[in-house]
Amino acid sequence: MEPLLEISGLTKAFGGLVAVRDFNLQLEPGGLVGLIGPNGAGKTTVFNLVTGMYRPTKGSIRFRGRELTGLKPFQVYQLGISRTFQNIRLFRQLSVLDNVRVAYHHLGETGIFGSVLRTPRFRQEERQVTERARELLSILGLESRIHALAHNLPYGEQRRLEIARALIAEPKLLLLDEPAAGMNPAEVDKLMELILFLHERFRLTILLIEHQMRVVMGVCKRVVVMDFGEVIAQGAPEEVQSNPRVIEAYLGKVEA
Amino acid sequence: MVRSGRRFGPGGIVLAGAAVVFVVLQGLMLAGVINVYLQMILSYAGVVAITALGLNLIYGYTGQFSLGHAAFYGIGAYTSALVTRSIPSAGAWKLLAGMAAGAIVAGVVAFLIGLPILRLKSDYLGIATLGFGMIMNVLFKNSDKVIPVMGGSCGMRGIARLASFPWVFAVAVLAIVVLRNIVFSSVGRALVSVREDELAAEAVGINTTRYKTMGFVIGCMFAGVAGSLYAHLYAYLSPDNFDFLKSIDVLLIVVLGGLGSISGTVVAAVAWVFLLEGLRIVLPPAIQDWRMVLYPLLLIIFMLFRPRGMFGGTEFRFLRPKEN
Repeated sequence: MEPLLEISGLTKAFGGLVAVRDFNLQLEPGGLVGLIGPNGAGKTTVFNLVTGMYRPTKGSIRFRGRELTGLKPFQVYQLGISRTFQNIRLFRQLSVLDNVRVAYHHLGETGIFGSVLRTPRFRQEERQVTERARELLSILGLESRIHALAHNLPYGEQRRLEIARALIAEPKLLLLDEPAAGMNPAEVDKLMELILFLHERFRLTILLIEHQMRVVMGVCKRVVVMDFGEVIAQGAPEEVQSNPRVIEAYLGKVEA
Repeated sequence: MVRSGRRFGPGGIVLAGAAVVFVVLQGLMLAGVINVYLQMILSYAGVVAITALGLNLIYGYTGQFSLGHAAFYGIGAYTSALVTRSIPSAGAWKLLAGMAAGAIVAGVVAFLIGLPILRLKSDYLGIATLGFGMIMNVLFKNSDKVIPVMGGSCGMRGIARLASFPWVFAVAVLAIVVLRNIVFSSVGRALVSVREDELAAEAVGINTTRYKTMGFVIGCMFAGVAGSLYAHLYAYLSPDNFDFLKSIDVLLIVVLGGLGSISGTVVAAVAWVFLLEGLRIVLPPAIQDWRMVLYPLLLIIFMLFRPRGMFGGTEFRFLRPKEN
């Protein structure tokens, strides 16, 4: 099967600091892969490189056979890769409904003139996007909140709203950056269920950064471990867990 | 449920309401309750409101800080004055041609200047637009060296008095409807997403450069139209009407009314014009000069107690479209 995402030789240097070095990764369609590693290992940098927020120093990122390097973030999104952020980035003064509808904007065909004239097509598209957004929000349990402003939602709901926003345009690949951060154990359980459910329901390929091992071990079929910008191990969760290099990266080396 | 709200078509309720207001105002004018002086102030308030609506689109909705809005107001004024001068025949359509020219030239200049400077963020963008405003002001002051009829620092004379209160009123209503329809649409959501979080907007497929430019160009076209009306109301243009302080006035109105509120901008524009004029009448001549102290004081008090402006991003009910 042709990989959905193929990253090869990816390197990103910020001045003298090499945040990601010769990173390789293949994601098969339908995969659910965890990207783990200690703080500062370069995981988020990989996300920023894939989504076009950083330009790689070297290497290539191919998505469904198409080279992504050099594309702007909005172009990457329009090709079918969406993401969430480690420190939630919602449109705070927009309603829950509008937060989700914005992310469908590029699929609309009504431009500025159609909007000013309120053409029939404008109305039809507004109706369609609103219906879709409502449906998605109800799947994520936010249907009662659609008119609330995003910044008034409690933390857990903000996380879910960000996921809803990332899903409205039916991406092929979803990048989740520490979705369980700041959640209590009960919320984490629900989140794990949600990730597995979305993975099934939308036939999504998911790449997930997470610090909570419980989440990674619970949902991922494959885990990639990074340290100091490099991949140090990958494989099934159980294999990786017992890999000495991984233990070393997390706990430090045992001095002889 | 949606049907009932749409019986009047696009912006129908706004137009119906505006017609009522217009008839009342015209009646009062005919009855002599609103004299020529008040009419002039009303017209000026309308012009200021249109300009401020444009800046609200740029700053209030799209989040791009501009301190050079008066420059585009001036570009519209001078352009349209030149156009109507060069058309020999009489007739109201000349004003339409003038307004179209004013809007287009202001828009084209905004596009050209926007491409390089809209990369800048907040304060830096403010300084860059300020610089542009100053350059334009210098150009207006020295315009007579290239085009003698523009009059340079002596001002431009001999403009036909083609505009009147009904013109201003009609254009202002149109500006409100157009802005409302832009703001409450997918395009409007894209514009606001740029204001809220540019990076997140890019991450959900919004071409932020494109929408920043779009907001800026349309906002400046509003200023261009307002400038055209101003030129043909007063029949005289002085470069001092389009300097840095005028940009600040418009900015104050937008902030006082509330960023991202059409209702707020219109109310604040009218209130601001009437307050300045009202103080002139109310205050005894001896302390006339205190007018300019009084109103900044009001600003400070206002910002202390209502930092988000009169409307704080909300709208009058009739301006909100029915939620589908």
